[in-house]
Amino acid sequence: MTQSALTATPEVGAGKSVGPRDSRGYKAFTWFNGTFLVLLSGLMLYPFVTVLAQSFSSAGAVKAGMVNVVPIGFNIDTYKVVIANDLFWSSYRNTIVYTLVGTTIAMVLTTLLAYVLARRHLRGRNVLIGIAVFTMFFNGGLIPNYVLIQTLGLKNTMWAVVLPGAISVFNLLVMKSFFENMPMELEEAAQIDGLGWWGIFRRIVLPLSKAVLATMILFYAVAIWNDWFAAFLYLDKQELFPVTLYLRNMIAGASSTASQGAAAAGSTKEAISANIQAVTMILTIIPILCIYPFVQRYFVSGIMLGSVKG
Amino acid sequence: MSAAHATGDAPATTVQAPPGGTAPPKVAGEEPGGTGRLKARKIGWGHTMRRDWVLYAMALVPVLFLLLFRYVPMFGNIIAFRRFRPGGSIIGDEWVGMRYVELFLNDPNFWNVFTNTVILGGLTLLFCFPLPIVLALLLNEVRKTTFKRVIQSISYLPHFLSVVIVVGMVMQLLSLQGTVNQLIEATGGEAIPFLQRAEWFRTVYVGSEIWQTVGWGTILYLAALTTVDASLYEAARIDGAGRLRQTWHVTLPGIRPTMITLLILNIGLFLNVGFEKVLLLYNPLTYATGDVVSTYLYRVGLVSNNFSYATAIGLFQAIIGLVMILSANFLSRRVVGASLW
Repeated sequence: MTQSALTATPEVGAGKSVGPRDSRGYKAFTWFNGTFLVLLSGLMLYPFVTVLAQSFSSAGAVKAGMVNVVPIGFNIDTYKVVIANDLFWSSYRNTIVYTLVGTTIAMVLTTLLAYVLARRHLRGRNVLIGIAVFTMFFNGGLIPNYVLIQTLGLKNTMWAVVLPGAISVFNLLVMKSFFENMPMELEEAAQIDGLGWWGIFRRIVLPLSKAVLATMILFYAVAIWNDWFAAFLYLDKQELFPVTLYLRNMIAGASSTASQGAAAAGSTKEAISANIQAVTMILTIIPILCIYPFVQRYFVSGIMLGSVKG
Repeated sequence: MSAAHATGDAPATTVQAPPGGTAPPKVAGEEPGGTGRLKARKIGWGHTMRRDWVLYAMALVPVLFLLLFRYVPMFGNIIAFRRFRPGGSIIGDEWVGMRYVELFLNDPNFWNVFTNTVILGGLTLLFCFPLPIVLALLLNEVRKTTFKRVIQSISYLPHFLSVVIVVGMVMQLLSLQGTVNQLIEATGGEAIPFLQRAEWFRTVYVGSEIWQTVGWGTILYLAALTTVDASLYEAARIDGAGRLRQTWHVTLPGIRPTMITLLILNIGLFLNVGFEKVLLLYNPLTYATGDVVSTYLYRVGLVSNNFSYATAIGLFQAIIGLVMILSANFLSRRVVGASLW
């Protein structure tokens, strides 16, 4: 919605036809600014590039610290090793399952509540909004949450990962303000035609909200995909781990063996593990990188929706 | 959008003022005043329930969810004042009063991690709050649409990574054979084991935080910049303002509401400095500067099984956070007239 408006501003606001006074200094600034931004994005991208290069390099080259931007001793053996690893695959599968299930639950709960909270006439609406918003500023804390999950018997089940985060109040407010901005006339017309609240929700509101629904699905999916902490807290069984926790354990393991100065076999093992780490990281990022170019603008408009008062 | 912020404030507060007491608009419109409202409420509830029961039913599960997963833990904080035994009652077994609070107030470790938290949070605020503004201003000066869009896309990207990945990257870049040490050695320096040195922890933490958040942080500012009135620039130019002065006198005031809002939010999160990231990044060698309240309570609570003690610390932290965000909001409403609610 704003991408075009966003880029139009400099022309209008900063004006192309500035006085002669401006021109030379401003030209220098523009040049400097462009260079600076290019360098900055280089810096932003560097970690990605180097991990990618490492993932395709030979173990020896990685260990010697020779790999920077270009793979050295190009090979895809490490990918084969990682993909052949059962634990990696089960973790990867878990992440996919958690993301699908978690996103579905979160979307159902958030959309329903947002729709209800967007009905301005509703009795007790402000109380309900207050209940939700308060949780943004005060939370139960680590231990009480842990005790709750334990008491509910959710430990060592996927529900511990998938359920507690199901309503993000930020997302809720974004959706609510989106629904509030829908033209009332549509609803009134639907009501006159005999649709109830549920019918309006299903037949009018949902079909018209594809953009915000897509944004929210992506927000939730990325959050669950990237999460490791809930799993770290609540899951003890390796076969339940998501890939982020698998990766975390690998990194933690590598740094602890490195600091212990690992035994004879350890040195090659460590080199391989740097490679394997790179591959695992790449495989974990790939789904996000693949969807990123297509959904980026939705994210952007999503966060801007959120900034419009909740 | 900034206009919406400025003008949207007043109605938002008036709407929120009478919680639950807002009568259906039709009735309230006919009969304003105290008794009218009471009457409206009496008639209203039956009427509303009949008309809106579907809506209440729809909200039922989500609200129960919030009560269970958000509010039950809040009340679970009661174990900060009771002795909790694993396997015992969820709310603890017997009252012990302020024992655990006194315990951590007298705990030198606690004050240590508290100081660390304040410093780390302060540094994060100092860098991660203003840098997106600077970047947004620079991006705003770019005329070429494609160039600008590419730069933006690249700068948002790190925001979408898991902390685990970020920490993994940090560890690779800063390892003894990593790029940073290669640069240091190339310029004649000696390799530094960044992750094993307590004095480097803050730099590493804040640096990686900047890398991950600076681009994403520009989004709201760039949006706010589009709403700055073009005629103001015109006027400033006629008054002889150069580009820098235009930025100072027109652009920055134009995005002030956004700045304030984000500042309040940042202040509210002050003490919650990246728990997960610290947990992944620190190690016993860097506890001296890296250990923060939340990681300390994690170790006390879940690693050493001292639930009540850890809860007391957590409650303390949450209350400070709440007080800070409320007072930041109050102050900014008083001083600059912009607030979150």
